[in-house]
Amino acid sequence: MDETVAEYIRRTVLKIPRDEIKMMLQKWDFLSEAQLQTVNFHQIKDNISQEVVQLCEENSADIKQAAVLDIIYNHIYQNKRMWSVYQMKKTGEELEYFDLTDFKKKFKRRLRSALKNVTITFREYEDNAIWIRVAWGTPYRQPNQYKPSYVVYHSQTPYVFISASVLKSNLPLLCQALIVASNYHEIREMELRSHSLNSLKDIVFKRYSQNFPTYCPKPLQGKTVEPESVDLRIIHENKSEKERIQRVNQEVFGNGPQPILQFAQYKLETMFKSSPEMDVLDKKEPFRCLVKFSSPHLLESLKSLAPAGMADAPLSPLLTCITQKARNYFRIREKKGLFPDSFVSP
Amino acid sequence: LVGSDEELQQKLAEAILQEKRDFKISIHIATSLPLPSERDHLRPRIDLIVFMIDIKSKYSLKNVEASLAHVDATFFLGKVYFLVTGVGRVNCCSIETNAVCKLGEAYCSPVLFCELELEGVRVATAQRLLRMLQICAGLVPGFSALSFSLLMRNSADD
Repeated sequence: MDETVAEYIRRTVLKIPRDEIKMMLQKWDFLSEAQLQTVNFHQIKDNISQEVVQLCEENSADIKQAAVLDIIYNHIYQNKRMWSVYQMKKTGEELEYFDLTDFKKKFKRRLRSALKNVTITFREYEDNAIWIRVAWGTPYRQPNQYKPSYVVYHSQTPYVFISASVLKSNLPLLCQALIVASNYHEIREMELRSHSLNSLKDIVFKRYSQNFPTYCPKPLQGKTVEPESVDLRIIHENKSEKERIQRVNQEVFGNGPQPILQFAQYKLETMFKSSPEMDVLDKKEPFRCLVKFSSPHLLESLKSLAPAGMADAPLSPLLTCITQKARNYFRIREKKGLFPDSFVSP
Repeated sequence: LVGSDEELQQKLAEAILQEKRDFKISIHIATSLPLPSERDHLRPRIDLIVFMIDIKSKYSLKNVEASLAHVDATFFLGKVYFLVTGVGRVNCCSIETNAVCKLGEAYCSPVLFCELELEGVRVATAQRLLRMLQICAGLVPGFSALSFSLLMRNSADD
């Protein structure tokens, strides 16, 4: 077995939390159950990985098999990576029957014709997701297995989720290979990024609970029930306002759990508006400013702002349109013409 | 209690009610003033108004400033206090203490600082407020709301 492969397997196993190593090796299905029985999974990880490499040596593992283990790890720990969403477009043709073998063949051929040294691995999952792992090399160097790109493609949808490696120069080639293999004509990057792959899918596949405008202006009956033990000496004066806020929140955010996003970024390309006396920025250049909201769960925290008494309800539509517009990166430009207010670029 | 953090207001109100006293009190929790007029007939005389400003939230300060305009001038003779909360979280301050002190001066009302997330401080604050309320309601002979608030403000300046 190649030394580099052995080292790669060793390092991959070291990444896995100790309690999950056995499970992942079983999923990998490269070592037999009998072989796995010989490993002591209660020792320190260093030793576990050495024993695993030893067994892989016995089975003569090559890089292809090692890559599969890496996909398995990244599928389970998908939220460690940052995912971008790409949308593909056909020019109005009918839906063709998707042939997985054909897709794989075309994808590999396209990549390999441009770049000789690539490692390409496919793995299909039950939810119709096709995971592709690509390790990139150059005409003179073997692929770097430690910085691969991952692609997740649901064949019945025009969406592709990509977690690119640091080597962004390979992205155009990757995109090209994808549209060729899937019989589309163009691909564009959407302004939507998150660590949570499932949330991105929820947003573009519209799987989150949609908000329905409520037509009845009265508050929902029976929602806030007074507990028996409420102290009558404490009077809440603004109950109806609180109920209004809950109602507005429900209309805007819906009832269900929010998709998990970590950022919303607004790039301002507007003119700085100040009072005439301040006389700032004589040259009247656009004011360069970037506003970034970050949170472990951005939409949930936005939803909590008004009920927590930290903001007015309803919130600015720039914040509440994120899920509906399927984007969390915005560019705000000056609106030219009659109305000098700024607007959000499409 | 006028402020934007309902949970904290509720906790403070409960802490006040836990204290021993020999008079009846009722606590009204509001997010802003003016109070809804539908309930005017249900309200007794108001003896003390405490504006709660969360030092971590500019929004709460704006809220309080807007509400101040709706307070009758007579209240500012010792029946209005500013309570600045959240001072324990030094790294999250959004409002300068200077700004709040200026607000206190502008409205001739004392400013108190506290951290209501700590139970001990919450209890101590509740005790202070209860004492202030007693004085403002005229239940302490020899002490008027005005004289007490002057005392508070002068000691704060030292």
